[in-house]
Amino acid sequence: MTNGISTPVARPTGGSLVDQFEFGLDAPICLTWELTYACNLACVHCLSSSGRRDPRELTTEQCEAVIDELQRMQVFYVNIGGGEPTVRPDFWHLLQYAVDHQVGVKFSTNGIRIDKEKAAFLASTPYVDVQISLDGATAEVNDYVRGPGSYDTAIRALENLNEAGFKDAKVSVVVTRQNVGQLDEFKRIADDHGATLRLTRLRPSGRGADVWDELHPLPEQQRIIYDWLMANGDNVLTGDSFFHLAAFGESLPGLNLCGAGRVVCLIDPVGDVYACPFAIHETFLAGNVLDEGGFKTVWQESELFTELRSPQTSGACTKCAFFDACRGGCMAAKFFTGLPLDGPDPECVQGYGETALAGDRNRPQPSQDHSRSALPKRAQPVMVQLSLTRPDPVAPPVSACAASPLSGFHP
Amino acid sequence: MKMTSTDTMLDEGWVLSPAVALRPEPFGAMAYHFGNRKLTFLKRPDLVRVIRSLEDSPTVRDALVQSGVPEAQWPAYVGALRSLAATDMIRASEGKNND
Repeated sequence: MTNGISTPVARPTGGSLVDQFEFGLDAPICLTWELTYACNLACVHCLSSSGRRDPRELTTEQCEAVIDELQRMQVFYVNIGGGEPTVRPDFWHLLQYAVDHQVGVKFSTNGIRIDKEKAAFLASTPYVDVQISLDGATAEVNDYVRGPGSYDTAIRALENLNEAGFKDAKVSVVVTRQNVGQLDEFKRIADDHGATLRLTRLRPSGRGADVWDELHPLPEQQRIIYDWLMANGDNVLTGDSFFHLAAFGESLPGLNLCGAGRVVCLIDPVGDVYACPFAIHETFLAGNVLDEGGFKTVWQESELFTELRSPQTSGACTKCAFFDACRGGCMAAKFFTGLPLDGPDPECVQGYGETALAGDRNRPQPSQDHSRSALPKRAQPVMVQLSLTRPDPVAPPVSACAASPLSGFHP
Repeated sequence: MKMTSTDTMLDEGWVLSPAVALRPEPFGAMAYHFGNRKLTFLKRPDLVRVIRSLEDSPTVRDALVQSGVPEAQWPAYVGALRSLAATDMIRASEGKNND
């Protein structure tokens, strides 16, 4: 490995927070925990290729043990997702269990189970935050990627939460080529429901790899997102997901840093620990919470995370005047588009991404897939077979248990 | 930060807010407020030591002395404590028992 020019080799004393975060923390700040791969929807860009439950998913007791460990490690809150986490029968129990153990919960949902009763429960529970996914400000745009009826489901959930007095729900939007012109409308939907808008970047992860070419914002749209965030950034959350746009000039609010394995990670439904929520692939698998030593050992000692916290090589990017602003962009975006990790982000706003995408590249094969369409043939629904031959309306129906062996025989 | 407030704070008792947890980190500590969900990074281990010693110190001055902070640096530390007070990370200790 050649030296990354601007990355120090050892943890500095003092210095900026970003400098400190590059060397990792004793526990994650922002931990995503996907509780199930089961989902009632089949969004085309699903990061985790969800659909079917995995038979190895952690049991209630195993989930409680993970929460106990997070409490001991002082992980103050987790982002729970899936799949659709609320379809797990023990979801509401685990939510309460986490809150009772000083682990605050923010969960992402498509809204399917957020009826009036659950909205009232959520409004009365401290340390709980709800994030409703919505990828179009109109049903037409949303349902194209999230499926028929999903817009109405999300809006109903937002209405239920607002009516129940739930304060400050989040409306979480993946910005795509199709909805980038709706940013003001998304903001209005959030405002109308007493909610906060959260925008995130479309990642080519999971099924997202299949639709990224069609849906990822065009270069001129990247500029629109940047300008919109600069104008509205203080009232909009981004999960720091647009740090690649910092190379347009001014840094956006938040950490302009890839936090994978340093300050963030993902626990998947079977307990596998990945470097970040956008990197569900064996290449970024650090261990499993059921391993000896549990999550803490994976976080603090795994080979992968240790490597991610050591000085990184950023190749040609280090020569770019904007390297300090974007630091080479998103590792997952590069990996799943088949670009080298030490090169530019595929959406590099200085144009280096397009050049890289035009060259030779090998997209990685997914290492897991829980999409319903990936069911083995024998488990797929049997399509009704339509007979092309018209039955003879005169002939009497032949019953299998007709007594006469000559039944139906007309010489 | 006004110098007068520096002086008054030195003789006051302050404690970590009951809604706040401190998590040790290699660079110092992270403070998380369960109520307002604010996350604050304390990048100086010396400051973390002072905050931890507030609990057993009747006044901020005692905590600074106990933590071995030279007197010349007290205004800087009081400034840091004031900004922590502004987000309810620490509270005046008379409020200690009415959470």
